[in-house]
Amino acid sequence: MTKYLAKRLLLSLLTLFIITFTLFVLIRIMPGDPFPVERMSAEMIALKRLELGLDKPILVQFADYMGMLASGDFGNGTSLYNGAPITPILLTCLENSFKIGVLAIFCGTTVGLFLGIVAALNRGKFLDGLCTVFSIFGVCVPSYVFMIFLQYFFAYQIPFFPYFFDPGDFLLSAVMPSLSLSLLSMSTVSRFTRNEMIEVMASDYVKLAESKGLYGFRLIRAHVLRNALIPVVTVIAPLVVDLLTGAMVMEKIYGVNGVGKLMVDAIAGDGIDYNYVLALSMVFSALYIGAMLALDILYGIIDPRIRLSAKEG
Amino acid sequence: MTDNILSVRGLDITFRTNAGDIHAIRGVDIDLPRGKTVAIVGESGSGKSVTMKAVTGLLDDNSRVNGGQIIYRVDGKEIDLLTLSQRELRRRINGKHISMVFQDPMTSLDPTMTIGAQIMEGMFLHQNLSKKTALQKATELLQLVGINEAEKRLKNYPHQLSGGMRQRVVIAMALATEPQVLICDEPTTALDVTIQARILDLIQIVQEKMGLSVVYITHDLGVVAKVADFVSIMYAGKIVERGTVEDIFYDPRHPYTWGLLSAMPDLNTTEARLYSIPGSPPNLLHEPPGDAFAARNEFALAIDEKAAPPFFQISATHAAATWLLHPDAPKVEMPSALRARIERLKEESGHE
Repeated sequence: MTKYLAKRLLLSLLTLFIITFTLFVLIRIMPGDPFPVERMSAEMIALKRLELGLDKPILVQFADYMGMLASGDFGNGTSLYNGAPITPILLTCLENSFKIGVLAIFCGTTVGLFLGIVAALNRGKFLDGLCTVFSIFGVCVPSYVFMIFLQYFFAYQIPFFPYFFDPGDFLLSAVMPSLSLSLLSMSTVSRFTRNEMIEVMASDYVKLAESKGLYGFRLIRAHVLRNALIPVVTVIAPLVVDLLTGAMVMEKIYGVNGVGKLMVDAIAGDGIDYNYVLALSMVFSALYIGAMLALDILYGIIDPRIRLSAKEG
Repeated sequence: MTDNILSVRGLDITFRTNAGDIHAIRGVDIDLPRGKTVAIVGESGSGKSVTMKAVTGLLDDNSRVNGGQIIYRVDGKEIDLLTLSQRELRRRINGKHISMVFQDPMTSLDPTMTIGAQIMEGMFLHQNLSKKTALQKATELLQLVGINEAEKRLKNYPHQLSGGMRQRVVIAMALATEPQVLICDEPTTALDVTIQARILDLIQIVQEKMGLSVVYITHDLGVVAKVADFVSIMYAGKIVERGTVEDIFYDPRHPYTWGLLSAMPDLNTTEARLYSIPGSPPNLLHEPPGDAFAARNEFALAIDEKAAPPFFQISATHAAATWLLHPDAPKVEMPSALRARIERLKEESGHE
């Protein structure tokens, strides 16, 4: 198992390296510039490029960049107005995004699993229909519509929650952002759980367990849940990363100072901020890779077929 | 009056589908004498599995039982299984009295649970055994079904076993709760020929040891000849002929049985082609008015198109539902090739 883990970790590092290299090159050959061309003279831009080392060959730039990363630093911003060091800003933003993200994940998976299980156990009945309507609603309604509705009803009409996220008043101000963020994963997880459970409940081994005399909760717990959850875990992992990183609209609407907003600002400001975009992309990629690794380990825990083949291999 | 542990009477089941109601079981009677083996034989879709699923309460949700009784006789009492709720059936009958073995051992074990846990599950459920006794019993069961290193194997997961071994585990699982009746739904269809014979032997051995009554569901007449005491031939949701295994193999009366027997591969034949019954089974979405087999029956009479034949008793044990047995019907003999084959079979078994 340790050998397997070490192998996976090494592979992950390699993947991350390849991603970084590709991004590095792509960002530099992409049209656009870190500087507002219409407001700077050619000489000024050339000077700035020289200062940032952007005149060197791309591979040399990459080597410099890797050297900086190796010392644990993401460097400074490259755009004209933001030369600040990236790491502290990134950490603050990550903290805000993660806090809301973790809440959203918790809410999305627990409620999603619960709804899915309820729907599967009541297949074809009223509750199943209700859950189906809910998940279709959750998938179809764009989350920003939901966000604005929440703001309108629960901040304006009934002024219970604050309009905007405030790290100082986390408990109350995080409710609407995380709830609206979790809607999509809630629907996806509940839909998936329902379908998997129905499939497992129709399987031969569940029928055989029934013919042994198992029924009700005991049957579900012993034979259905574990088998149904294996594929569900697969959809949860990428959703988790989405919730941690992909909340650009939510962060804009609720004024959260998070990584999504940071990414948008880095691209849509006055020119593209090379180092910010790179640093954020790397963090996002690392999260994805980490989630997939965690997924594989989790698989091993819930699925003996994978656990044992990993042991042998 | 023979002692039947299980009697199905007038069972009638329809399935609701998007295309309409399918009348899958159209009045089936089957008796299982205590300690004996009954084989239900028929093509795919003839309703043989559905009949036994009704016995174990495993019918799909879209089915409806229109009528009939399934009488289970235990301790001098008669229980109509169809009147029990699913919950009662699971608690009182399934596993405890009636166990099942499924067709495909590759899919009938839970992949995420050790086989030991799956075998012991029923014991904890019905017999309240302690962990230690259950473990010991499970080990004995695995030894009984011929698995070596039983103690070690108990900790294995299904994917670590071969198909034949898995079917042995499924049988051990079915026997774990000491049932009276074992229902085997094509238990050897998914296995290698060499393994098939061993599994059949195994079932016979445990049947003798534990005094089980066994129902085989199969389309393989070779299996029937090997294991069965009584045979019911099923076609389009009805029993068309029933009798002892000798009745069916040596003196078949229904044209469908003739067809089935003729379609058995035979090493001693001079025929170049293997016989197959022409056509395909009727679509029970549109139930035929007369005999469901008439369209495929070269001996069909005019009345077959209009009315379904009743059972005609041939002997105390043997009956067939075909108008050919009516006193007014023309005399029709079974195909001569089949006649010759039966004579030869009789001779061979006589020599043994």
